[in-house]
Amino acid sequence: MPSSEPRPSQGMTVGRQGDGPALEVRNLVKHFPLTKGIVFKRTVGQIQAVDDVSFELYPGETLGLVGESGSGKSTVARTLLRLHEPTSGEAIFQGQDLFKLSASDMRAARRDIQMIFQDPYSSLNPRMTVGDIVAEPWRIHTGILPRNEQRGRVSELLELVGLNPDHINRFPHQFSGGQRQRIGVARALAVNPSVIIADEPVSALDVSVQAQVVNLLEDIQEEFGIAFLFIAHDLSVVRHIADRVAVMYLGRMIEVGTEEQIYERPVHPYTQALLSAAPIADPKRRAESERILLEGDLPSPADPPSGCRFRTRCWLFNQMRDEDEATGGNRTEKCITDDPRLEDGGFDHPSACHYPQERHIIASAEVDRVAAVRPDDSKMVVRDDREIEDAVKKEEDAQIEAAEAKHVEALESRKAKTIDET
Amino acid sequence: MSTTAVPSKLAATEIAGHPLDPDSPLLDVEDLRVEFRMPTGTVVANDRVNYTLNQGETLAILGESGSGKSVSAQAVMGIIDTPPGHITDGSIRYRGLDLLTMPENDRRHVRGNHISIIFQDALSALNPVFTVGFQIAEMLRVHRGTSKKDARARAAELMDRVKIPSARERLDAYPHEFSGGMRQRVMIAMALALDPAILIADEPTTALDVTVQAQVMDLLAELQADTGMGLILITHDLGVVAEVADRVAVMYAGRIVETGDITDVYHRPTHPYTIGLMESLPQLDIKGGRLRPIPGSPPDLTMRPSGCAFHPRCRYAQQVCVDDDPPLRLPHPSMANDDRESACHFSEEIVDAQQ
Repeated sequence: MPSSEPRPSQGMTVGRQGDGPALEVRNLVKHFPLTKGIVFKRTVGQIQAVDDVSFELYPGETLGLVGESGSGKSTVARTLLRLHEPTSGEAIFQGQDLFKLSASDMRAARRDIQMIFQDPYSSLNPRMTVGDIVAEPWRIHTGILPRNEQRGRVSELLELVGLNPDHINRFPHQFSGGQRQRIGVARALAVNPSVIIADEPVSALDVSVQAQVVNLLEDIQEEFGIAFLFIAHDLSVVRHIADRVAVMYLGRMIEVGTEEQIYERPVHPYTQALLSAAPIADPKRRAESERILLEGDLPSPADPPSGCRFRTRCWLFNQMRDEDEATGGNRTEKCITDDPRLEDGGFDHPSACHYPQERHIIASAEVDRVAAVRPDDSKMVVRDDREIEDAVKKEEDAQIEAAEAKHVEALESRKAKTIDET
Repeated sequence: MSTTAVPSKLAATEIAGHPLDPDSPLLDVEDLRVEFRMPTGTVVANDRVNYTLNQGETLAILGESGSGKSVSAQAVMGIIDTPPGHITDGSIRYRGLDLLTMPENDRRHVRGNHISIIFQDALSALNPVFTVGFQIAEMLRVHRGTSKKDARARAAELMDRVKIPSARERLDAYPHEFSGGMRQRVMIAMALALDPAILIADEPTTALDVTVQAQVMDLLAELQADTGMGLILITHDLGVVAEVADRVAVMYAGRIVETGDITDVYHRPTHPYTIGLMESLPQLDIKGGRLRPIPGSPPDLTMRPSGCAFHPRCRYAQQVCVDDDPPLRLPHPSMANDDRESACHFSEEIVDAQQ
């Protein structure tokens, strides 16, 4: 299969300044108009979903995008693929600005930027077989793979993502959530993309299954050198999978850094609050974690606060204001009037705060808890991994077969009913 | 705190003529079995489920989707749809009083009054066409016959107590006018309206952002400390459990597979499924190596594997696991004082190999 062969990995160290970025986003703005009236629509305001966001995504790296719901993370993803038209900004991909491409050129560009969605139940067409779903990209991006080779390649892709190729003619509803997400991954891989945008790809999955999909994503990244824009609200998952992390708040990017910089040396008060709110799965650490509670909810993106957008919920702002009241200072004035830019402010990574300060929110675990609970294999009778895998596959196959039997039965009974009626 | 002083349910001595035993645990679920009889076959959603809840205690029921964790809560509340659901065995005792043998009319005095529940999705649990003030007050008017005016005043107090800002002005707001976190607070206010002795929280923060989740969990902990009620937290989130629970019961395929004190279970899990969960979980406080997922997916309960339901996915499974269903028992002689149980044929070997 000539053209469908996965791209060789390009010297699989995480590319940084060395090679150019795979994708460079500059000053991305997406405002949704708020309209009134049914016949004569007039615009009464703008929802500032994404406002002046810039970042680079390097080949082979994973950039985690975190933030609360309503922070604009998914809008960034959708605008990059022009599922929403951007209000302004640039997205440089392979030397061209995605936002300036014609519809047909954009379609061609989407071959290289694929997306994996959150909900494995609604992102697969229930009327299509798994084989058709995975092969669909080749119907849109014609000329990648001749028709007679497609079936064989689908089988390979299914195998690659850990599904039984025999199930090529089955329908999505016969699969479990984790298996469906694997189908979504296989579909994205069909056209050998260089960038994959994954919007909450594991949040709908159970813990044990989530880990399988996380490992799968890591594997395909390593094998094909794909750059991931990984959007998630689960900070533990992001820490695990991401090389770099960008934090968003109310349409803005407020802090960007390596995984270590963000988790161990955060400087923005919002990042610090976010990290302190995330639960640590260790009851012994309960007492030591000091929680910075944010008050209230996200303000409306139609009418963001003046100056710093975070100031209405900022604990540092409140603290400084109280201190200043006693001393007659006026440090918070700046937060109300000036909009902070994303810049390094004297630290090793940029943040958008007038008063950035390094704080250690999460003390690193002293012992690897996971290693501590794992029984020593040499002292146990352990089944061969292969054997378990086969047993599990057999179990899963039986479940899919049962679903198929049910499906066929339903079809038969419907047929019988139609015959009765006629 | 309240103008219409309400004696705490913890002091109640009887319900509709049925006496309560003050020395019994708050809730004692024993050998509970819940079946759903579907046209395609019978699903045993709960089998031999046992747990107790004491005053002021937080018990977490931890499980993945389809493990039957919510069904056990619905059984306690008496809100299982029958048919198809049937409780075919076991007992649920509220301070010694068996709820399952109680006439339905008397049971209504328990539900919402002594034992209350909050659900994951507050938007669909609240009625969209009534104001939140009306819905909170309704609890008091129906159960206690409080006058309209007093119930409204009490509703405002309750909203204040769950820290809804400017509660009095928001009494006349509709559920859709609240954010997700605030709606969950309204639910909590309703659940607490009658000062229940037990609050069941079924995935209370799953739909919320982590910052709001922290607010809601802190609120629940604070209310529990104030009232001394028992809290049953049903969730799939190992992080949330670690932060708030005193004890935990891990469920798999309709059974409890491991129980114990939260610290014991997290630091010395004895069931391969619990160990697998810990190994699958990415950690917040350390950039760990590769995750070790449990292979496969949880079984469909219509096709429960023979013997130990976890055996097809288990690294340590042997023939005995295929043939015999292991009962819950003391996992290791060294844990005799720890009040722990585990349902694994090889828990002794596992604990010995963990040292």
